Amino acid sequence: MSVVLRTQGLTRVLPGDVPVTLVEDINLEIEQGEFVAIMGPSGSGKSSLLYLLGLLDMPTSGKIWLNGADTQGLNEDDLANVRLRQLGFVFQFHFLLAEFTALDNVLLPVRKLGLLFENDALARGLELLGSLGLGDQAGKIPSQMSGGQRQRVAVARALANDPLIIFADEPTGALDTKASENLRAIFRDLSRRQNRSVVVVTHDPNFAKAADRVLFLVDGKLQPPERAAELFAISIR
Amino acid sequence: MKLSLSIALSHLLSHRRQTLVSLLGITLGVAFFLATSSLMQGSDADFIKRLVDNSPHVTVYDEYRDPRPQPARLAYPEALVEIRSVKPRTEVRGIRQYKEKLAFISAIPHVRVAPVLTGQVIVTFAGKDLGATINGVIPDLMKNVSTIEEHFIAGSLDSLATNPDGIVLGSGLVEKFRVGMGKNVTVTSPVGVVRTMKIVGLFRTGNAAYDEGQAFVLLKRSQNLLNRPNIANRLILQLDDPDNSPKVAQIVETAVGYKAQSWQEASQDLMSLLKVRRIIMYSVVGAILIVASFGIYNVISTVVLEKTRDIAIMKSMGFHARDILFIFLIEGTIVGVIGSILGTALGLSMMEALSRVEIKTPFNTEPTPIPLDWGYSPIALGIGFAMASSLAAAYLPARKGARVHPVDILRGAG
Repeated sequence: MSVVLRTQGLTRVLPGDVPVTLVEDINLEIEQGEFVAIMGPSGSGKSSLLYLLGLLDMPTSGKIWLNGADTQGLNEDDLANVRLRQLGFVFQFHFLLAEFTALDNVLLPVRKLGLLFENDALARGLELLGSLGLGDQAGKIPSQMSGGQRQRVAVARALANDPLIIFADEPTGALDTKASENLRAIFRDLSRRQNRSVVVVTHDPNFAKAADRVLFLVDGKLQPPERAAELFAISIR
Repeated sequence: MKLSLSIALSHLLSHRRQTLVSLLGITLGVAFFLATSSLMQGSDADFIKRLVDNSPHVTVYDEYRDPRPQPARLAYPEALVEIRSVKPRTEVRGIRQYKEKLAFISAIPHVRVAPVLTGQVIVTFAGKDLGATINGVIPDLMKNVSTIEEHFIAGSLDSLATNPDGIVLGSGLVEKFRVGMGKNVTVTSPVGVVRTMKIVGLFRTGNAAYDEGQAFVLLKRSQNLLNRPNIANRLILQLDDPDNSPKVAQIVETAVGYKAQSWQEASQDLMSLLKVRRIIMYSVVGAILIVASFGIYNVISTVVLEKTRDIAIMKSMGFHARDILFIFLIEGTIVGVIGSILGTALGLSMMEALSRVEIKTPFNTEPTPIPLDWGYSPIALGIGFAMASSLAAAYLPARKGARVHPVDILRGAG
């Protein structure tokens, strides 16, 4: 399997009178189709690492290669283009545009990219919603849907431009158990059947169990695999 | 573009009340801007038209712009010369050899000229004396350079040609005398010449001071009355293009030596006054639009504040900062465009209503409709100013929205 994301010495320090190190010396590789969970205690730097990997934040030092290409030196516009074409995001809160229907929300990145004709874009949006069990919700606005449905719309939106990697930050944080299980199955399916890489930050060990690999962060540092397995085992108990 | 437009529309529609208030502000701003500037430009144009139509475009006076230099100064141009007890030479007032000068000016293309001899006289009728200025004219030439004939209510300038002892009086003067056409009045000049003259024409310009104080006679008769044979003290020039007046005045002054004053120079203080008036007017109506644009600033600031999370997610999705800026500028543009269209319609209606009002202006004896400028320039200026202030008002919050850093918002989203 090919490596789609690689980091070397990734460090992020928040400047200030007392500089705060969010993540330090992160070296990792994520392969195509791999489902990776990032766990760790609150404040350990999980979300900060996800924002760096998703090119939403710039590292203080270190490098990120996406699909073999060095992302260092890219300006804001270039990074936005990379995010639009190659990355998808799902957050704890759905962040759907309140005035737009589910279908229009899903089509936001498609229309922004502008590669599809309107009819093809609509077909793509409906297909995505249908694949996530939301075929009958396409015309509804977010306030007319349940939390689980909204989060699945957010997943459909993340998949809209057929990204290389999906990043999710606590995607089940605001969902009930059933909706969480549903979303876990979706992410597993994205990895196994669609051969898409998925990186999920989660507190939920049951969710992490579905992953191919669990990374553990403590105080901004990535724990060695043996220690990570140990910490994960503790978290399950 | 379509996507940005639909997002912008959704933002505005989600704040209907604020959007309507800002729209109303721009609408009223544009309407008042349009009505006021049309009124102001109309009155300026009317004023200048009256000035240009009723005054000579260039007047040659029987005086020099600069006193003739003393011979000592000419002899020693570099020296410090002090001349004491200078006694001015007594000269007969008037333009000497005016006929030659008249011929020279007549040869200038697109220029018409007429000689005039003016002077003060006392007009007497039935024991009542009133002072007046008589203008000695040659009717055929005068008609070419003056609009006075348009204001005749009885008789004409030509009547003077057929009646050498005829006089044309203003309506104000004859009303004071309670006299009419065909009656004789006595005219006494300062040099003691007394003549009985027959009223052969009456005019009413609407300018009360003019109608009460001016009279026309033949040039020859005026020369007799004032005892200044073969003299004219004014040459009146009328041009096909009044804007050329300063240039023609300069040519004439250089050639004939006497002071030639264009209408622009003569009315310099009035033109400055009009300019000041225009600056005040545009400042006031501009301020109305600037205040109105605060409504746009308010609605877009609110949207930016409320939609910070949307902005963050859109930027994480791959929207550029300029896309976000563009969305909010579209919102300002939508309010500006709709406000301008409605404001123009309202402004035109206000102008239509104003055009039906007749007022009696100072120095005018007849009520006249309010002069309005129906040209495109006030509309273009109003819309241009409204759009500029709308975009400026939208730009500040839009820039703030475009600068949103997604990570800052996503970190605090919980």
